[in-house]
Amino acid sequence: MEEHIVIIGNGVSGVTAARHIRKLSDKKITIVSAETDYFFSRTALMYVYMGHMKFEHTQPYENWFWKKNRIALKKGFVNQVDTAAKTLHFAEGDTLQYDKLIIATGSKPNKFGWPGQDLDGVMGMYHKQDLESLEKYAPNKEVCKRAVIVGGGLIGIELAEMLHSRHIPVTFLVREESFWNGVLPAGESAMINREIIANGIDLRLASNLKEITADANGQVKSIIIQETGEEIACNVVGLTAGVSPNIDFIKDSDIETGRGVKVNRYLETNVPDVYAIGDCAEQYKGIDQRRPIEAVWYTGRMMGETLAQTICGNRLQYKPGHWFNSAKFMDIEYQTYGWVWAQTKDNEARFYWEHTDGNKCITLNYDKTTREFIGINTFGIRMRHEFFDKILTEKQSVDYVVEHLADANFDPEFYKLHEPAIVAKFNTENNTNIKLKNKSWKRIFA
Amino acid sequence: MNIVKQLGLVLFLIGLGIFTATLFTGNFSLTEAELNDFVASKGYKSEIIKAELKKATVTDEDLNIFEFSSRVRNAYAASNNHYDALIAKYDAEKNWDKKGEQFQYKIYGKPHTLSYEIAKKAGSGFVRDNPGLLWWLTFGLAILGALLFILPNLKLLGRPGIKHNGIYHESSTNRGWIAWLVLVYLVSFYLLLYFMADYVVNWTYILDPISEFLNGGQASQWFVYGFLYCVIMIVMAVRMYIKYRHNKYQIIRTTSVLFFQIVFAFLIPEIMTSLNMPGYDFKNAFPLDYDFFFEWNLDSLRESGAVGLFILVWGVVLTIVIVPVMVYFFGKRWYCSWVCGCGGLAETLGDPYRQHSNKSLNAWKLERWLIHSVLVFSLVMTLVTLYCYFSGAEAFLGIKSQWIKDTYSFLIGAWFAGVIGTGFYPIFGNRVWCRFGCPLAAYLGLVQRFKSRFRITTNGGQCISCGNCSTYCEQGIDVRAYAQKGENIVRASCVGCGVCSAVCPRGVLKLENGPENGRINSKDILLGNDVDLMDLVNQNK
Ligand SMILES: Cc1cc2nc3c(=O)[nH]c(=O)nc-3n(C[C@H](O)[C@H](O)[C@H](O)COP(=O)(O)OP(=O)(O)OC[C@H]3O[C@@H](n4cnc5c(N)ncnc54)[C@H](O)[C@@H]3O)c2cc1C
Ligand code: SF4
Ligand code: SF4
Repeated sequence: MEEHIVIIGNGVSGVTAARHIRKLSDKKITIVSAETDYFFSRTALMYVYMGHMKFEHTQPYENWFWKKNRIALKKGFVNQVDTAAKTLHFAEGDTLQYDKLIIATGSKPNKFGWPGQDLDGVMGMYHKQDLESLEKYAPNKEVCKRAVIVGGGLIGIELAEMLHSRHIPVTFLVREESFWNGVLPAGESAMINREIIANGIDLRLASNLKEITADANGQVKSIIIQETGEEIACNVVGLTAGVSPNIDFIKDSDIETGRGVKVNRYLETNVPDVYAIGDCAEQYKGIDQRRPIEAVWYTGRMMGETLAQTICGNRLQYKPGHWFNSAKFMDIEYQTYGWVWAQTKDNEARFYWEHTDGNKCITLNYDKTTREFIGINTFGIRMRHEFFDKILTEKQSVDYVVEHLADANFDPEFYKLHEPAIVAKFNTENNTNIKLKNKSWKRIFA
Repeated sequence: MNIVKQLGLVLFLIGLGIFTATLFTGNFSLTEAELNDFVASKGYKSEIIKAELKKATVTDEDLNIFEFSSRVRNAYAASNNHYDALIAKYDAEKNWDKKGEQFQYKIYGKPHTLSYEIAKKAGSGFVRDNPGLLWWLTFGLAILGALLFILPNLKLLGRPGIKHNGIYHESSTNRGWIAWLVLVYLVSFYLLLYFMADYVVNWTYILDPISEFLNGGQASQWFVYGFLYCVIMIVMAVRMYIKYRHNKYQIIRTTSVLFFQIVFAFLIPEIMTSLNMPGYDFKNAFPLDYDFFFEWNLDSLRESGAVGLFILVWGVVLTIVIVPVMVYFFGKRWYCSWVCGCGGLAETLGDPYRQHSNKSLNAWKLERWLIHSVLVFSLVMTLVTLYCYFSGAEAFLGIKSQWIKDTYSFLIGAWFAGVIGTGFYPIFGNRVWCRFGCPLAAYLGLVQRFKSRFRITTNGGQCISCGNCSTYCEQGIDVRAYAQKGENIVRASCVGCGVCSAVCPRGVLKLENGPENGRINSKDILLGNDVDLMDLVNQNK
C-alpha cells in the first residue's frame, strides 16, 4: 500500500503540494476542504463580485483534473487532529486516517472584539462564503446605501474597489495616518490616498472603529468612530483589519502553535509526519528579512513545491529567494523587488521619482556607503522580475540598476518610457553621469 | 450622462428598426421594354424565359420583394423545367443530338442571385427615390445613436484603466436574452446576404449614390456589406479607443486594423473598379482569400494586363514570403490583429464578447483538428482547381473542380466564416472563425509555434492565478495555465491582441519579439524559490 498523504486545505499551498507529490510519486493523496469542492483563486474573489468573471473562471484546473491525477477530494471540516492515532475527526462525525499530514488551512479575517462584530451584514473578505454574504447584503446601491470598511490593507482597498464598482458609497476607516504606511514609504502612501479619494471613496485616515450598532432585526445600522464619536449610517461593514492563521481546530492537539503552526525550515512541525505550509505556517524565525508568517500567494506555492520534495524522500529546506510581491490599488499597479521599508534604515539611502501625472512613481533603496542595490518599489510601471532577481543575487549597485532600467522595463509595447526622466533626476541628485543603456536581449537572457 | 446613453440607445434602435423595415417596402415590377433590355443583355437562349419573366414581372400589381422574388424564381424554374423535360424525353427516345441541344437553353445560377439581378432593376418606391434621406434615417441615426451610447463612457467608466465591471451581470454580454437576440439578427443578416441577396435589394438602393460616387456603378449587396463593415468598425473602434485609452498598444493596433479595412479592403478595390481594373484587396492573403486561384479570378487577372500580373505575383509573394517572414519577426499578430479584416471586426464589434471563447482542453483539441482540416481542405481545393485550370480537365484525383469549389465556398466561405464566424459572436465569442476555421490562421500558427521570435513573456513568479487573462483571451487560450507556472506563452493560436497583458492586474504578461533561444521555457518551480530546487526539477524534465 502506498503511503496516504492527507492535506487539509485546498488553497494554493495544499494544491501545489498535491500536484508536485503526484509528479514525483504514486502516493495516495487526499485533499480536504470545508470551503469549496474545487480549488479556486482567492485572489480573484473580487472580480467575481465586480462582474469581470464568473466563479468558475477562478478555478485554475478543470473539474476532471483531480480524478485524472488521482487526487481525491473530500469536503468536510476537520475539528480535531489525533496525531497519536494519525486520525482526523470531522465535524460531520466521520474520520480519516493519514500516514503524513499537511496542514494548509490558510487564514481567517481578524476580529478584535468590536461590539457588534457578529451582526448580520458584518463580514470579512476571505472565503467564498464572504463573497456570498456580500452578494446578499450588498447586491446594489438600493439595498446597501452605504458600506463601511474597517482596516486599510490590501484586502480593504480591494473591498472598496468592489463596492465602488456597484456604485455603493463607501467609507473607508484606516487606523494609520496614511494608507498602508507601515509598508509603503510616505510618497507612495500619499499617492494611494489620492487614488482612493479620486475614486470617490470617503477615506477616513487615523480613524478606528469603536462599535457597530444594530437595528431591530439584528442587522447593521451604523458604525461609530472612536476618535470623533461620529456615527455613520450603513448597511454593510467589511472587516479587513488583516488576517491570522486559521488553526483553531488544532489548538488542543499536541502540534505546537504560536500565531500559526510552528514549523522549521523543512516545514516540519514538532510532531513527526505532520507538516504545515502556506498562510497558516509560522517559521520559528523569519527567513532572511521575511516575516515568520507570510500570507501571500506565491510563498504558499513555493512551500508546496518544496514540501513535495521532502515528502517524496528528498528532504529540502524552504529557501525563498529574494522578496518580491505585487498588488493593485484601484487603477495603480504596484510591484516590489527586494526590500524597500516604510522607513529608511540607518545604512540606507533612497531615490524617489514621481511622474507629473501623480500616478506613477518608483523608489530605489540602496546602501549609503557601498551603493549596493537593496530594493525597488514601482507604481504604474511594470518591471521584470528576472532582472531584479539577478541584480539582487549579483549584488549590483544602484548605479548599475539605473543604467540598465530599459532592460528592467516590462510595460506593454509602445508605452511611453520614463527611464530617461528617471535617469536624469537620479544624475542630478547623485552628481552622477549615468547614461541609460538601450535594452539588450543579450543581457536580459544572459 | 446616463440619459445621453439611453437616448443614444433609442436612436440606434430606431435607425436599426428603419433599416430593417426598409426590406419590406417598395414595389417591384418591370415594363415590357425594361424586361426586353434585361433579357437581351443576358443573352438567354431559352425561348420561353422571356414569356415566363413577362408573366412574373410585367404587372400592375403591387409586389413586394418577397412576392417578386418568388415569381421570378418560379419563372426561371419553369424555363429550366421545360428543358429538363425535353432532355428527359429525348433521352428516353435515345435522340442524343436533340438531347444535347437542349442544354444550351438552360439557365444556370442560384435562383436568388438571378432574382437579385432583376430585382435591382425592378424596384421603385420611397426608399429608392430618397436614398439620401433614407441614409440619414438608417445609417445616420444608428451611427449617431451608437456614438451617443458610447461617448459617455469617457466619463461613466471612471478613470482610465481596465473597467470590466458588470460584464457578467449584463444580459447582453453574459449570454442573456439580448445576446441571443443579437445572434438571431446577425445570423439572419448573413443568411440573407449570402443566400437570399434579392431580399435585401432595398438596402442597396440606399447606398447607390455612394457607390456611384466611388466606383461609378450601382451598389451591390457586397457593397452594402463592405460599407456596413467599415461603419461598424469605425463606431466600435471609438469604443475601443475609450476603453483602452490608457493602453497605447491597443490604440495603435485598433487604428491599424481600421486603416487596413477602410483603405485596403474598401477604398482601393472600389477605386480600382472605377478604373476598370479588377478590384483587389492587397492585404487579403491566400488561403483566407480562397478564391484567389479560382478560374474566374485568374482569367480576370490575365485579362487585366500589367495590373493583373502584378496582383498575381503579389498574391503569391504575400502568401509564400511576406506572411511567414513577418510572422517570424512579429508573430501572427501582425496579420490577425493588426491587418486582417475578419480580425478587425472581431477586435471592434466583437470585443464585448471576447470572454465567451471556450477555455477547456476539449475546445483546444477540437480547434487543432478543425483548423488544420480546413487548411488541408483549402489546399486540396486549390490544387484541384489549378490542375484543372492548366490541364483543362474537369477533375483531379477523382475530385471535381467545380464541386469542391462550390462545397468550400458554401461550407467554409459562407457558413463558417460568415454565419457562424460572426453570427455567433454573442454566444461563442468573437474569434470562432479565426480560432477554429481560418486556413490562413492555421498556416500562420504553424510558423508562430515553430519558427518565430514572438512570445508572451511571463514575469517570473508574480502571477496570482486570478484568471483575468484566460477569461478575456478571445482565442480561448488558458493563459493562466502557463503564467502561474512562470512559463512563457507560445501558442499557435495566439493572435497577439494584447488583452491578456492589459487585463492582468499584476503586470505578469508582456508580448515581445526576442531571440528564439529560451522562448519556450518549461518551468515547474517559481522564480525565487530555492535555486537548487529549480535546477533539480528542471533537470528532471
Ligand atoms: C481577497 C483576497 C485577495 C488576495 N490577494 C492577494 C494578492 O493579490 N497577492 C497575494 O500574494 N496574496 C493575496 N491574497 C492572499 C492569498 O490569497 C493567500 O495567501 C493564499 O490564498 C493562502 O493560501 P493557502 O493555501 O495557505 O490557504 P487558503 O487559500 O486560505 O486555503 C485554505 C483552505 O483550507 C480550508 N480549511 C481551513 N480550515 C479547515 C478545516 N479545519 N477543515 C477543512 N478545511 C479547512 C479553508 O476553508 C480554505 O479553503 C489575497 C487574499 C484574499 C482573501
Ligand atoms: S494569449 Fe493574450 S495576446 Fe494571445 S490571443 Fe489570447 S489574449 Fe490575445
Ligand atoms: S491575469 Fe495575470 S495574475 Fe491573473 S492569472 Fe493571468 S497572468 Fe496571472
